[in-house]
Amino acid sequence: MNYHINHLKELESESIFILREVAAQFENPVILFSGGKDSILMTYLAVKAFYPAKVPFQLLHVDTGHNFPETLAYRDKLVGKYGLKLKVGYVQDAIDGGHVTEEKGTNASRNGLQTFTLLEELEKGKFDAALGGGRRDEEKARAKERFFSHRDEFGQWDPKNQRPELWNLFNGRKHIGEHFRVFPISNWTELDVWQYLAEEKVPLPNLYFAHERMVIERDGILLADSEFIPKKEGEKAFLETVRCRTIGDVTCTGVWRSTAETIEDIVQEIATTRMTERGGRSDDKRSETAMEDRKKQGYF
Amino acid sequence: MSNHSSTELLRFTTAGSVDDGKSTLIGRLLYDSKSIFQDQYEQIEAVSEKRGEEEVNLALLTDGLKAEREQGITIDVAYRYFSTPKRKFIIADTPGHIQYTRNMVTGASTANVALLLIDARNGVIEQTKRHAIIASLLQIPHVVVCINKMDLVDFKQEAFDKIHDEFEAFATKLDVKDVSFIPVSALKGDNIVDRSINMSWYEGPTLMYYLENVHISSDHNFIDCRFPVQHVIRPYNDKFHDYRGYSGRIAGGIFKKGDEVVILPSGFSTRVSKIDSFDGEMQEAFPPQSITLLLEDDFDISRGDMLVRVNNQPTISQDLEVMLCWFDHSKPLQSRGKYMIKHTSQEARCLVKEIRYKLDINSLHRDQENLEIKSNDIARVVIRTTKPLFYDKYRENRITGSVILVDEGSNNTVAAGMII
Repeated sequence: MNYHINHLKELESESIFILREVAAQFENPVILFSGGKDSILMTYLAVKAFYPAKVPFQLLHVDTGHNFPETLAYRDKLVGKYGLKLKVGYVQDAIDGGHVTEEKGTNASRNGLQTFTLLEELEKGKFDAALGGGRRDEEKARAKERFFSHRDEFGQWDPKNQRPELWNLFNGRKHIGEHFRVFPISNWTELDVWQYLAEEKVPLPNLYFAHERMVIERDGILLADSEFIPKKEGEKAFLETVRCRTIGDVTCTGVWRSTAETIEDIVQEIATTRMTERGGRSDDKRSETAMEDRKKQGYF
Repeated sequence: MSNHSSTELLRFTTAGSVDDGKSTLIGRLLYDSKSIFQDQYEQIEAVSEKRGEEEVNLALLTDGLKAEREQGITIDVAYRYFSTPKRKFIIADTPGHIQYTRNMVTGASTANVALLLIDARNGVIEQTKRHAIIASLLQIPHVVVCINKMDLVDFKQEAFDKIHDEFEAFATKLDVKDVSFIPVSALKGDNIVDRSINMSWYEGPTLMYYLENVHISSDHNFIDCRFPVQHVIRPYNDKFHDYRGYSGRIAGGIFKKGDEVVILPSGFSTRVSKIDSFDGEMQEAFPPQSITLLLEDDFDISRGDMLVRVNNQPTISQDLEVMLCWFDHSKPLQSRGKYMIKHTSQEARCLVKEIRYKLDINSLHRDQENLEIKSNDIARVVIRTTKPLFYDKYRENRITGSVILVDEGSNNTVAAGMII
């Protein structure tokens, strides 16, 4: 017997350790669920971590109202399958209540508006730990994230003053009103995620696989043709075989030309691609530190 | 498809400043293993140009925060990832300046390999020694010394030999088990991924070959069985009515079904009736697996308890001596100060009874006169805890031999300690 495990099993073990640590150190944790593969993976790992007991965390979905319908269908099926409890926070409510103002123009997105709804839901639900599917390889500000990431009473992140994390000792102590963001899959890369989902045969939303769809092309990025994306002059929708590499809100999720029909095809595609997955995310392209700026205010 | 099923995970740490070529080296590893994406490259290319830099600045890949980019320095641990068909690598890239000792210690705590860079023109300098001492204190199992910028010393063997001997002379004072030396030029690519055609006198491996092949499967302790209980699993449903599982990550040794185990602190013994996981029952489990143990007898066991073997038990004590690295900028370590202490899944309060000496991490000198321990200082201290901890020496087990201290007022992690 050779006593070693492969990198996917080691990452799995690390994530399960973090998830159990969250259950032990916090009163009322919640999984931030977007319907993307990372939050699907995190939920799946949570099911593993507490088996045969139920996942001791609720799911929270911050709904911009600009969804791919497939995402919602998948979400509801997953919740049913594992007997999870789902809470939905609606960005529309924040707009109607006058708390946030909708962006204008053709590139308008509700992405940035999610922060208000997210923080409000965390406060309303008295959640003291919010589990996110962020990964360090995704984006340069996320490369500096801790597993247990402290947020002050305004939900803000202070990247220059983070708690050191050593060995497997995680410090989740906090003052009243503060909370933690926890990132159990910090050390996974995009390729790791796909290899693992393939190996474990985890069902995924159809959006991730190649399908025919009406799209528009804007600034070199393909976007799904949708009522939520007003067309600029001269833009015309056309049929293309595409898939999503990340799934967010319709307005900021680029789709890619792809013929990958199975998870194995996707693993192949990712292994040879020369573009990062967030290369199609217009929300990151707004400035050099767009992600850091949003995260400091309490974004995912 | 399953060609990644045997890919191992290796974590390594690098430390250094702007000029020693560390960013170039990391950049080259990422670039040559095709881990830099086109849009990432275009982005840093554009930023470099905007700043008026002549070449594409690969350091921008690792410096993620606004302040770091503005000041051109790394102030935090940055994690980078790349993989080859053999291994997946996690780099903990840390700043090498003395004021960032805490970051180096953090990066070193989980590393299998420490990568030390030496500029062939300068030889062993203070920063090299500091990093080597941290690698030794944190017991990083393997150290690889890359003697860089060989192109600037005409690829001469004498330059390599001199630094090799200089480092070895210094390393005899340290507790490092496995040291290798590789002459490289990160800029030109010599001995990074491809063998150098300029240094035929060197017969050892390239850096990439070393990283892909260094033997890491015995970096865990497989001898002393240690299972800190992290969480108790009670499903409370009809199907698993009497299920009572103790979940956690194995910190040492190999646990098998049927093994007799002792529960600490109660001292009761029983047998492992089942090793469980979502993927089914297992016959044995070892570090670093996260599993759930079921026992033959019902005892009151909770988080913080530890399962061990009858004839191989850790030290059970309220007193411990540790090498402490102090992190807190706002105040120095208080002799007679009280803190929270975290050790495996245990938590207690503790008192710092005595500061024995402060360690100069440039010279290893033990200072018994000036005992003011400020941020980034390392000191040997005596600690007493409010309840017994079940610990091993850090040398023997990095998991059961490590602690952190937390300030009860600010809740910040103020120190990390290695048990002696």
